[in-house]
Amino acid sequence: MSTTTTTTTQPAAVELTDIWKRFPGVIANAGANLVVRPGTVHAVLGENGAGKTTLMNVLAGVYRPEEGTVRLRGEVQNFANPAAAIGAGVVMVHQEFRLIPTFTVAENVALGESPRILARRSIEDAVGELAERFGLATEPSKEVWQLSMGERQRVEILKALWRDAKVLILDEPTAVLTPNEATELGRIVATMAADGRSIIFISHKLDEVTEFCDEATVLRGGETVAASLPVDALDAGRLAELMVGEATEVSIRRQRSTVVGDPVLDVRRLSVRDTHGVAVVNDVSLQVGAGEIVGIAGVAGNGQRPLSDAIAGLQAIEDGSVVLDGADITSEKPRARNAAGLAYVPEDRLGVGLAPKLNVVENSILRSYRSLTNGPFIDRGAARASCEALVETYSVKVGQLEAPMAGLSGGNLQRLLVGRELADNPTVVVAAQPTRGLDVQGVAAIQEILVEQSRSGVGILLISEDLDELLALSDRLLVMHEGSVVAEFDPDETSRTQVGAAMAGAVEDTH
Amino acid sequence: MNETTLIGLFIAVLEFGTLLYLAALGETIAEKSGVLNLGVEGMMAVGGVTAFWAGVETGNPWVALLVGVIAGAVFSALHGIVSVVLGADQVVSGLALTIGGLGLAAFIGQDLVVEPPGARFEATNLGPLSDIPWIGEIVFSQTAVAWIALLLGIITWLVLTRTRLGLILRAVGESASAADSSGTSVVKTRMIAVMIGGALAGMSGAYLTLALAPGWSEGTTAGRGWIAVALVIFGAWQPGRVGVGALLFGGLLALEPRLQTFGVEISPILLSMLPYLLTIAVLVLLSIRSRNRPSVAPAAIGSAYRREDR
Repeated sequence: MSTTTTTTTQPAAVELTDIWKRFPGVIANAGANLVVRPGTVHAVLGENGAGKTTLMNVLAGVYRPEEGTVRLRGEVQNFANPAAAIGAGVVMVHQEFRLIPTFTVAENVALGESPRILARRSIEDAVGELAERFGLATEPSKEVWQLSMGERQRVEILKALWRDAKVLILDEPTAVLTPNEATELGRIVATMAADGRSIIFISHKLDEVTEFCDEATVLRGGETVAASLPVDALDAGRLAELMVGEATEVSIRRQRSTVVGDPVLDVRRLSVRDTHGVAVVNDVSLQVGAGEIVGIAGVAGNGQRPLSDAIAGLQAIEDGSVVLDGADITSEKPRARNAAGLAYVPEDRLGVGLAPKLNVVENSILRSYRSLTNGPFIDRGAARASCEALVETYSVKVGQLEAPMAGLSGGNLQRLLVGRELADNPTVVVAAQPTRGLDVQGVAAIQEILVEQSRSGVGILLISEDLDELLALSDRLLVMHEGSVVAEFDPDETSRTQVGAAMAGAVEDTH
Repeated sequence: MNETTLIGLFIAVLEFGTLLYLAALGETIAEKSGVLNLGVEGMMAVGGVTAFWAGVETGNPWVALLVGVIAGAVFSALHGIVSVVLGADQVVSGLALTIGGLGLAAFIGQDLVVEPPGARFEATNLGPLSDIPWIGEIVFSQTAVAWIALLLGIITWLVLTRTRLGLILRAVGESASAADSSGTSVVKTRMIAVMIGGALAGMSGAYLTLALAPGWSEGTTAGRGWIAVALVIFGAWQPGRVGVGALLFGGLLALEPRLQTFGVEISPILLSMLPYLLTIAVLVLLSIRSRNRPSVAPAAIGSAYRREDR
């Protein structure tokens, strides 16, 4: 952490004033403000959907704000594109690295700026020197595909420094790093700040913020709720409270299941690695009883998706087992899991759940087409009849059944998908973000279906980013953080703040 | 088999090698930028027929060559506009270029079939070098275009590996979004690469009608554009290796009509399959080699680039 000598005359490195940015149906930034002083590490905190990334994209020239001004060192800027922002010294390191795997480190760096004739050695030496100056351990002649994620991130930072970035935006930089690499990053960031550069550190991990940053700005619902708080004077609890907001009145709160039956879903010590070999689910054990709704809260990207995919059979399991209604289904194919009584409402409705270009009838029989055949052919009449029944039961509003699926609204897509998954009377439903992006009616309809299912004895694993929904529906609420279940709450005896703190990793364990 | 026929064979190897190398070099540049252009055969035909026509009109082989080059580049711009600017499927657009190009060339060349060449590239005489036995006759008596092909190969290799321009071109072909975020124009770079590819295919066609054949008739290109496309893969997208492949495939083309003279009992039809079989073999080898590492093929090949919007 750099010691800061405040001189009021020095203009801020970055000053975003009253930024508004709307997308269809969403207000991403509603008058957000941010002031970053030169030579400091500034945290921008907020839950998913708080508008952090949008605000940073405004600063980096990706989006143009509808209202508000962007100032760098006191001067008003009007970036037409990212190249203009880079020219003004603002470089953003995105979560997905923009590196070319078959290029060497030096080539990736030189792509931004280099002489017309490239002398391999001299570029590599120059890159090596720059890396050394900021303590970025790297090998300029190595090809990027051979590097670890931490090393790749250092290459991204090198690219920014190579273009002499005065303002570096790091978008959730530690998400892909091991703890050691994260510590290393903290040191690099401090070196850059000491060199007079400003670093904007987007995060929702509170421990990192208190460790690496000088000041913090908190966004919620597209607005700045706390600006430039000195981190020294803060504790993680206070930050968590700012992030999730004051406890709001929860309107619907269903009657808890009084009698929970035997476990129908038993996940035992499940571990999953992603394609890079990074552990994304660590030793997770959980049980869902018949008629029970178990909620899983967590900031996006903390292992919820690989967990649900692993249960559904869409993701290779590293270790552990999944038991459904007494039968071990760990190594079964998705179809066998369905047959065993598992229904999956995936997070990615229109990619994993439904085929956008196929029509409504075809989508509705994607699971059951094998029983709707007439010799080698699909029995079109039977298919249509089963689709009509679905549409009727779940009140899907649809024009023509032969129209492509993608034409339906989010709520109707989800009704059809949920209805299709429930058609075989499953014993367990895994629902991932089932109400995300739906309008109020859609949300209510889907929630009602889930509650109804639980009443009839189905065990439900509900993964959601909507805390209110989880508090309203769950019998038990688990919190995932960095691939592990870190806390369990009784929804009647907890508050948003408590759960929010656990989501941010601020609570060690409350088991 | 006497000395004369053997020397004749080797001369033909270099001639067919030149023909294939020009087209394949152009395709290598286009593919390095991430654009697959299956229109090589069509671009060759258009370049060939326009060059032949210009030769008849002007009598100057250099003017004729230039016309062929320009015609190839202009014709390839169609593929660029459709697949790079508008983002349509590269395979479909490229195939259309081949089919359309062959048709267009046949149409333009209707009245040229009977014409004797108005201009042609003659064997160069490099004085004492051309007098060296064997080598003088085979290597140092090639037309100027063969030397241009060699020179272009070296320049392409240098540009791709030693210059900023080459770095950008390769970056666009590997990851358009990475190149875009570093401030290069993906569309512009790809358009230029496609048109250079077209220019070289046009030059290859011109070489065919002004030197190798020389003459024009419908079907003169005879599938050599497709061999050039295969050759790019065979040469693993590297100008040097593509050159070696050009000599090998050129050798097969040169052997085809001579097999019987040499008393070999293999059907020339089987021989004409060989370039493709070799290419498949190389593809297999490449994929085995790249099991644990990125493929040598440009990663972005075949995909149009659109900047992502929310």
